[in-house]
Amino acid sequence: MAVKDRMSGNEAVAFAIRQINPDVMPAFPITPSTEIPQMVSTYIANGEIDTEFIPVESEHSAMSAAIGSEAAGARTLTATSSAGLAYMWEELLLAASNRMPVALALVNRALSGPININCDHSDGMGARDTGWIQIYAENNQEVYDNFIQAYPIAEDPQVHLPIMICQDGFITSHAVENIELLEDGDVKEFVGEYEPEEFLLNPGKPIAVGPYSVTNYAMEAKKNQADALKRSKEVILKVAEEFEKISGRKYGLFEEYRTEDADYIMLIMGSAAGTAKQAVDDLREQGKKAGVIKLRVFRPFPADELAEALKGAKAVAVMDRTESYNGNGGPLGSEVTAGLYRKKIMVETVNYIYGLGGRDFTVQEVYDIFGELEDFIENGKAPEQFQYIGLRK
Amino acid sequence: MSSYNVKEMMSKKDRLAPGHRMCAGCGATIGVRAVLRALHEEDHAVIANATGCLEVSSFMYPYTAWEDSYIHNAFENAGATLSGVETAYKVLKKKGKLPEDEHFKFIAFGGDGGTYDIGFQSLSGAMERGHDMVYVCYDNGAYMNTGIQRSSATPRFADTTTTPAGKCSDGKMQNRKDLASIIADHDVAYVGQSTFTLNFNDLHQKAEKAIYTEGASFLNIMTPCPRGWRYPTEDIMEICRLAVETCYWPMFEVEHGKWRLTYEPKKKLPIEDFLRPQGRFKHLFKPGNEHLIEQFQAEVDRRWEDLLYKCNR
Repeated sequence: MAVKDRMSGNEAVAFAIRQINPDVMPAFPITPSTEIPQMVSTYIANGEIDTEFIPVESEHSAMSAAIGSEAAGARTLTATSSAGLAYMWEELLLAASNRMPVALALVNRALSGPININCDHSDGMGARDTGWIQIYAENNQEVYDNFIQAYPIAEDPQVHLPIMICQDGFITSHAVENIELLEDGDVKEFVGEYEPEEFLLNPGKPIAVGPYSVTNYAMEAKKNQADALKRSKEVILKVAEEFEKISGRKYGLFEEYRTEDADYIMLIMGSAAGTAKQAVDDLREQGKKAGVIKLRVFRPFPADELAEALKGAKAVAVMDRTESYNGNGGPLGSEVTAGLYRKKIMVETVNYIYGLGGRDFTVQEVYDIFGELEDFIENGKAPEQFQYIGLRK
Repeated sequence: MSSYNVKEMMSKKDRLAPGHRMCAGCGATIGVRAVLRALHEEDHAVIANATGCLEVSSFMYPYTAWEDSYIHNAFENAGATLSGVETAYKVLKKKGKLPEDEHFKFIAFGGDGGTYDIGFQSLSGAMERGHDMVYVCYDNGAYMNTGIQRSSATPRFADTTTTPAGKCSDGKMQNRKDLASIIADHDVAYVGQSTFTLNFNDLHQKAEKAIYTEGASFLNIMTPCPRGWRYPTEDIMEICRLAVETCYWPMFEVEHGKWRLTYEPKKKLPIEDFLRPQGRFKHLFKPGNEHLIEQFQAEVDRRWEDLLYKCNR
């Protein structure tokens, strides 16, 4: 039986944590994710869960303690944003290379500087090559659903990798929306118990974690890790299928919205997909063949699947909510075009940067972008690449 | 605490197996083995290790010298890492996921680089939170793994590769940080400072107290490095004796806030006796540098008086 409620995105994640009842949560507060450890601490204080909270003195120690706890055999999670994730960076790499299925609730916020507390994806994108699975959400329902799927994906013996469940700071983390929650018992059964094969606290069966690896072995370790991330794609889909059975909600690597006959497609991630969908509905009323692809799984990157999905379009707007400072566009722009090229699918792409530091992204701006794409194809007027949307003039 | 029989103790099975790649005469491994001897045989342990000589030489894939479960995470976070392990133990016990009659102890090892400097915040956090663990610093007074650079544990005037003695330099400019006092001020359960002397009895008693006192404990062990200090490898016990007899390295403990001197030299030796055998202080003995030795002596005296005061002497 589904339970209808109203919650913010942070409340939804905390509620999922309560239902999962994980073993250990080390965390250090940072806006806009602070509410998550606060709410978990309250659940603990009221005896609703028996998770142990470690009030660490920094995010670096949060991820360090998470690695220790997970290696010891305990199901572990943390939450952070922005500079917190940046401060964890070294440890993100170690969580992945030590194959620790830690879950991290990332509430996306701009990286400094200038210091800014609002949403963009620079934190998550900055950690995109640390070996973590990354799943992004459009709304509160999705971040709740994604969090419940986190451990079954990460702890799968074929994967054994850490997972980041991302949502947009303030836009979803603090905005209250209608939500459909699962019953506690259904979540408990779906997520199951964590039974690691090897762990530090196994009496009589000691293990050693985190070796110094000489040249003779380091490369094989990297390859094994890369293979596990690749394999996670199938596991993500399998877990989504199982999740649909208990929730009735369907998830994939990305969502295709009115793309079946679309000439023009906007590829976007996170909450702004809602804005894009609204604009597409309006454009469809005017007879324009517009569609949206909302990327859910950024790591592992579904390059081939995206290329196939974009194959029928005339032009694609690839939307990055981060600046990469590489002179060659955003991460989504670079990776999608590489995927298209390898598949020999020569669709026109325009890479846009939007929504940095919480800048609003409006329906009107989506109309304009689709207008540019049309002008490009119909009149040969190539839009400027890597242009900033909504910049003060 | 158990009575101490040196012969019996030394014949206990080592929990750090031979075959690791540490240098001959290295103080760190002597310290590690001494601490692990204080573990009761029936108890399991999880060892955490900061990056450093000890880690890269004892756990080189696919070999490990550690008989107990062991985790190396990074350079600056042995304290935080082990606090995660200890918390996991607590919660898994509570949830009935671990056998009731099996007991684990938690011991972290870090050099002075990983402890006094880069790992200081992580250590401070773990100590303040009061995890039931022991953090052991093997203090050899410089970053030895990267080639003898100064640390905040390096004594003043030491010649290191980042504080070389030269025409315009007398070596390191600053006095060493007194980490054992700083950790004692965290209001932890137990702090002990020791080294290799007196048949290892002092170190053994402190290690046992640190491991078996509930709450956070810290051990600071002076573990000479023959390469960094430049003395003949076989002289390590004499170097340790001189450090203690000159009061350069006082042996004390702080149990729940109560300071106690665990050894007092009958006749305090002049600091030259400790400095002279070490190549890193060679420049202090050049004619005209007598005032530097005087300054060194004054600092040793000041700290010794301060310690006596804390110990209510």
